[in-house]
Order: sequence, then structure tokens, then C-alpha cells
Amino acid sequence: MGRKQRLKQGDPATLDEFKKSQKGSAKKRKARDLGDSNDAQPPKKSKPQNGRAETVKSKGAKGKGKAKEVDIDEDSDEQWGGIAIDDTQYLDAITKFDFEEDDQGDPDPDADAIMDDENDDFLSGGPVHQLEFSDDSDAGLDDGDDFLKGASDEDGSDVESDDSDGPITAKNMERKSRALDRKAAREAEMDIEEAQAATGPQDEEEGGGIAFFDLPTAEDLEQEKEAGGLPPDELQKRIQDNAKVLKDFKTLAATGRSRSEHVEQLLQDIASYYGYNEFLTEKLFNLFSVSEAIEFFEANEVPRPVTIRANTLRTRRRDLAQALINRGVTLEPVGKWSNVGLQVFESTVPIGATPEYLAGHYMLQAASSFLPVIALAPESNERILDMASAPGGKATYISALMRNTGIVFANDSNKARTKSLTANVHRMGCKNVVVCNYDGREFPKVIGGFDRVLLDSPCSGTGVISKDPSVKLSKSEKDFQLLGDLQRQLILCAIDSINPESKTGGYVTYSTCSVTVDENEAVVDYALRKRPNVELVDTGIGFGVDGFTNYREKKFSKDMHLTKRFYPHVHNMDGFFVAKFKVNKPTRKKDVQKSAEVEAEEENAVVEPGPLTGFDAEEDQAIIDKWERQHVLKTKGIKIRPKANAAPKGSPAVTAH
Amino acid sequence: MRPLTEDESKAVFTKLANYIGKNLVHLIDRPDDPHCFRLQKDRVYYMSEANMRMSISVARPNLVSVGTCLGKFSKSGVFKLHITALDILAQYAKYKVWVKANGEMPYLYGNHVVKAHLGRITEDTPEHQGVVIYSMSDVPLGFGVTARSTVDTRKLDPTAIIVFHQADVGEYLRDEDTLF
Repeated sequence: MGRKQRLKQGDPATLDEFKKSQKGSAKKRKARDLGDSNDAQPPKKSKPQNGRAETVKSKGAKGKGKAKEVDIDEDSDEQWGGIAIDDTQYLDAITKFDFEEDDQGDPDPDADAIMDDENDDFLSGGPVHQLEFSDDSDAGLDDGDDFLKGASDEDGSDVESDDSDGPITAKNMERKSRALDRKAAREAEMDIEEAQAATGPQDEEEGGGIAFFDLPTAEDLEQEKEAGGLPPDELQKRIQDNAKVLKDFKTLAATGRSRSEHVEQLLQDIASYYGYNEFLTEKLFNLFSVSEAIEFFEANEVPRPVTIRANTLRTRRRDLAQALINRGVTLEPVGKWSNVGLQVFESTVPIGATPEYLAGHYMLQAASSFLPVIALAPESNERILDMASAPGGKATYISALMRNTGIVFANDSNKARTKSLTANVHRMGCKNVVVCNYDGREFPKVIGGFDRVLLDSPCSGTGVISKDPSVKLSKSEKDFQLLGDLQRQLILCAIDSINPESKTGGYVTYSTCSVTVDENEAVVDYALRKRPNVELVDTGIGFGVDGFTNYREKKFSKDMHLTKRFYPHVHNMDGFFVAKFKVNKPTRKKDVQKSAEVEAEEENAVVEPGPLTGFDAEEDQAIIDKWERQHVLKTKGIKIRPKANAAPKGSPAVTAH
Repeated sequence: MRPLTEDESKAVFTKLANYIGKNLVHLIDRPDDPHCFRLQKDRVYYMSEANMRMSISVARPNLVSVGTCLGKFSKSGVFKLHITALDILAQYAKYKVWVKANGEMPYLYGNHVVKAHLGRITEDTPEHQGVVIYSMSDVPLGFGVTARSTVDTRKLDPTAIIVFHQADVGEYLRDEDTLF
């Protein structure tokens, strides 16, 4: 039964053959997609297609009778229409068997020959006839029996394989969807290949060191401008090509054009393709490498997945998931890093108006806004401040983590937004929340002594462009300056509102939904410089990109790697930044001065170690005497006030220098 | 923010008692975690005393809400319970009404509960009694006043109103601007 065997499945194609077939099929598909409009293609492309068709035919002729098999197959292709998209590969496989057959010698050449004569017409008639044959095969055509069985068998297997694709049952659903994913991925790959092939004949010259991408000249641009700009697909192609050149500038660049010219052109193209103003384009572009920047811009065009947070004050995540699934919502836990987040894939009901939502079982909340609260890590019975809290996603999360103990001050400077904040606080059943309406900068004056402060600062929103595309055009240099000032003031107020003596806390979390350095690392660095009793600590979030310790000409604190950045194209959540500070007890100004002096002395000491290493016996004696006097007083039971003590102790030290 | 006067307290407590009856004592008398009622800009809030003391430092014009809002006094001095009080009412409710799944959405859009949607009802509910409405999965959805006693509901036709709507959680979306 070797024949049947071989008809069922062939050996895998060699790499070359596979590539050829893929290219061929990709082109064929394109031809199918584009239909007649594809006539304008360069002849080079259509050539292999023709060539392929020819080879199939010639193979069929050579392979004696196998042409029919091919025919059958093609018929069935037509029959199955859109179902068998990858039929060309199958076809390839079959033609390959033909080769093998020829090489090895036909096991039953006579039968084949006869069959050729007898069945040619019928078989080419189509699958319907085949079926008849296979039914009648026993009765009549003994000679062709073998072949027909093979043919019908093949047909059967074909049907079978299609069957396995066919009905969707709960069992095979997962497998099917995976197969579909694979297919999509493969097709995407092919498309990329195709696109690469479409860069034209120069593609091959790439290796030869000649540029395949010509930077448009000033005249070109002028013409382009008159024509009303490039069509988007060409613009995108230019961006891609330009990016490719920039990635390997030495070998790929055309002679006579500098890198900055390329970058400038790329920025212009990005600005016009994605619709940013030029200032913001450059600002964002400079954050990443070239290819990453393009990924970032691309990711900003795609909406982020909808996520919800189960309200642990009212329900459990598992119960909530079950209740929502019953309403026709498809969801999945958002990731290992959160035990309350659920990601919603699709929903037959409005996710913001289900009875569960209204009863406060969950909150619609972006995945990124879980992070600052996770970093803050509030504990029961603490006093916590959320400085800019509307619409309350984070404040209610904090309250839920504290199990309604302690107190949360949810502040927002916008009176209108406190309404939705209050509504959410009540809906979620948070009873330990005080909603107030202050400018965040007033804070240590209103009430201080907090164990933890969350500052989700007002920002330019460059991380949430997919949510609010108006940012692309509306932000200018001045906005960033103003926001930066506000953020600097707010972060100092946040630090000052902390009670550094707090037993459990003393932490400030600073976060923004922006990715720019001016609003993030620069602000954090400013706070570190202004408040020496503050240090950066690990955020406790297990993922994310480390913050920049230096950026272009700026140098930040060496601890800046403890801050975390999140990007839409990397983490599939909004662009975000989280930093966590520990506020220690403030050191006295004198001490700071002293320590500075000591440091300076130490520095001197390195240069000139000689005279400073000795002890000054006279000065030491004075100090020893003073402590002895105090000790005597102490033994007599006379208490010395620390303040009275500190003054004489400190002052000579200062005046001494 | 100030404590309620005698009259105000009376108005608030009679309203609450309509739904939770004698359980009102549990609200006022909480030795482990003392709670209190406070009036702030017409609205009555129920909060723990610790939180009350803390929130004193927030100036009156800047204070938006503390603890749980129970309801508001109208200009004529009538006290009206808000949906935000549902948590407390549901915790201590004496009489309960459960609506079927197909009645949930109509109720959440502000309609009365009709007989056809009635899933269950506390056995001996009298007429004109404040009740808390639950879904069949015991999620509190709102509160209202019975139109008929439990006994009378038996012989009513399916479209007859059983509970008059007073507040439902749908108001969080519908009336967000006027609620607070």
C-alpha cells in the first residue's frame, strides 16, 4: 500500500523548496487579493508565478498520469474555495512526490499507463466523477482499481483533514484557535517577506554596499509638498527604509548625506504619518532607539486592552469573573503581578453598566494604574494621602488594600472631578475615605503626618496617547515647563506631608502617565537634591524597564535605576513611570553642614594626608572634661536637658572652624 | 461639618428605622468602633469617630465627603435617603425583596418592581414597609417601599407593582452630578 501511504503525507520539503513555495504562494495570494489591479507589477515578480505554473504542468506530463492527480487537486481547490488557502503548499508536496516517484521507479507502471488511457477524461471531470468511480471500482475497472482507490483515498483524507478543521467543539476550540494564530503569524511573516521583496531589484544590491534608500532631496520634498504630501503607504515605507538605514548607517547610507539629515527626514515623516507636532515627535523619538521609537509610535495607534479591578471589599476576583462570564464577557487574569486585575477581551454587554459594576464589585481601571498602588503597598490602620485622586481608581484600591481601616485622604484640585471621585468611593463601599478639594500644593498645611503619600502627578499624558490622541498636537515646550514646575512643587509637598517617624511607613510614591524624562527622572532627581533625608527604594513591582540614570546631557542620581518605566510597545499597558521614596528623619542643618565639612576634609585628606591625621590633645581634653562634668551631675541625679546640652555642645564646634 | 440637631436626628433616625427597624441601635451603639453622624452642606454623613477627628482639619468649603453619605436634607427640612446609604441598609435590613434576573435591568433603570419580576419576598412584609431590593445572587440593588403586603401579592396580576422604587444603584451613573 505504498501508494496510499505516499498520497497521505509526503516528506517535508527541503529548506530551499519550502522557501520557494512560500514565496510563490505569497505572490499567488497577493495576485488573488489584488486581482486585476496587479497587472502593473514589474515583470520580475510575475515571472516566477508563470514559471511555477509551467513546472507543474511539465512535471505532470513527465510523471505520467500524475497530472491527473494534480488536476484533481486543483479541482478540489476550486471546490473548497477560500477554505484551502495554503493549497499551493500541498500542491508542492504532491509535485514533489512525483519527483520521488520518478526517481524510485513506479511500482506499478502498467496499471498507471492503462489508467492513464482509461481514466484521463473521467478524472479530469472532477471530484463528483471520482466518487462514482470509487464506488464502481470493484465492478468494472479492475486495472485502474489500485489507482482509483488511491485517488479516492486521497480524496477521503482530504475530506478528513478538512473535517478536522470543520466543526468547532469545546474540545478542539483551543487547538483550532492556536492553529489560526499560527496561520496568522505565518501569513504576517509572508507579508513581511513580500514587503521586503517589494523593495525592488535594489534589494540585492544591498549587500554590495550601495544604498537601496535614497533620501529625498530638497526639490523632491518641494514637489511632494505641492502634490499634497506622500500617500500614507509610501510614507510608511519611507519611514521603514529610513529606520533600516539608521540602524546600520555605516554600510547602508548613501554617500554625501549625513546621519542628522536622515534623522530629520525620519522625524518629519513620523510627524506627518502619525500626526504629531514636531516638538513632541523629537522628544519622544529621543527616548528610544530608532526601531523602538517606531514601535512606540505604532503602539500609540492601537488601543490598550480593557482591564478591570475586582473590589475586594465587596467580592472576590473568582466570583466576579464567574458572574461576568455568565453575562457573556470574555476575560482572563491580567497577569501574575496582580491578584485583583482582570483583562476583558470582548463583551456582549456594556462593561461599565452591568449590575455588578453598579453594585461596586469592580472598577474599570487601566492596568498601569494598579502599579503605583502596588508600589505604595499600604497597610492597615495607616494614614494615607492620594494627592491627585480623581476619578478614584487608585484611592479605592488603597482603601480596599487597607480593608476599610485607617484613613485615606483622597484629594483632587478639580471640583467637578471630585463628584465622580465621591461617586466611585461610595459605589465601591470605601468607608475610610475623606474626599477633599484642595490644590495639592497646600498639603502639609492642611494636614500632614501621613504614613504614605501617593502622588499620581498631573502630566502631559504622553503615555496614554492611544487613549487621548489630542496630546499629539496640543503639547508644546511651554506645557512641559509648566507641568515640570507643578510636579516639582507637588513632589516636595508630598515628601513634606510624610511623618518620617512613622513606624510602618514613611513612603512616597511618585507616578505619572507620561514617558518623558523631564516629568519623571528630572523631577525625582530634583526631589532627591532638595530633600537630603529622602532616598529612592525599590518599587516592589517585578517588571518594567529601569529608569534612566543619565539621559543625553543630564546625569541623575545613581539610584535612579530603582524607578520603573512602562511602555505601551513593551508591556502592552499605558506608558507609565513609578518611583518610590523612603523619607527618613531629617538631619539637622548643622549636621548636614558638619558632614559636608567632614567630607571636604576627607577629600583634602586624600590629597594631603600628613597634618590632619594627628589628634589635637588640647581640644580633646576640653571635650573629655565637659563629658566628665556631665557624668558627675548625672550620678548625682541631676537631669541635664538635651536642649541645654546640645547648644553648648554644638556651638563651639561650629565656631571652631 | 457639625453634629445633627435634635430635629435633624429625629428625621434621620425615623427614615432609617423605616428600613432597619430596631437594628438602628447597632448603628448608633458601636462600642468597639464608635461612629457618629455629621452634617456637612445639607448632607448627612456616617463615619467613625477617629476619621471624624481627622477630617476636622479639612476646611468646610474644601470638604467634599467623609465616610458614608446617608442622604440630604431638602430646603424644607425633609430628609431623603440616598443610594449611598444602601450599604448600611442592606447590612441591617429587616424586610427584603429579591428580583429575578430579568427584572434586574428594568429596576436599575429606575422602574418599580412588578409582580412578574418578583423572585422572593420576606414572609410577613406589611404594606408600605421600607424594603431593600436584592438580585437573586444576593447583591443589594436599591431600596423602596412595598405597595402590598406579602399576603396580598399572591392574587395580583403579573404587571402589578409590588415595590415602589426609591433608589437604585443605577443612580451612580444617572445622577452622578446631583448626588454629591
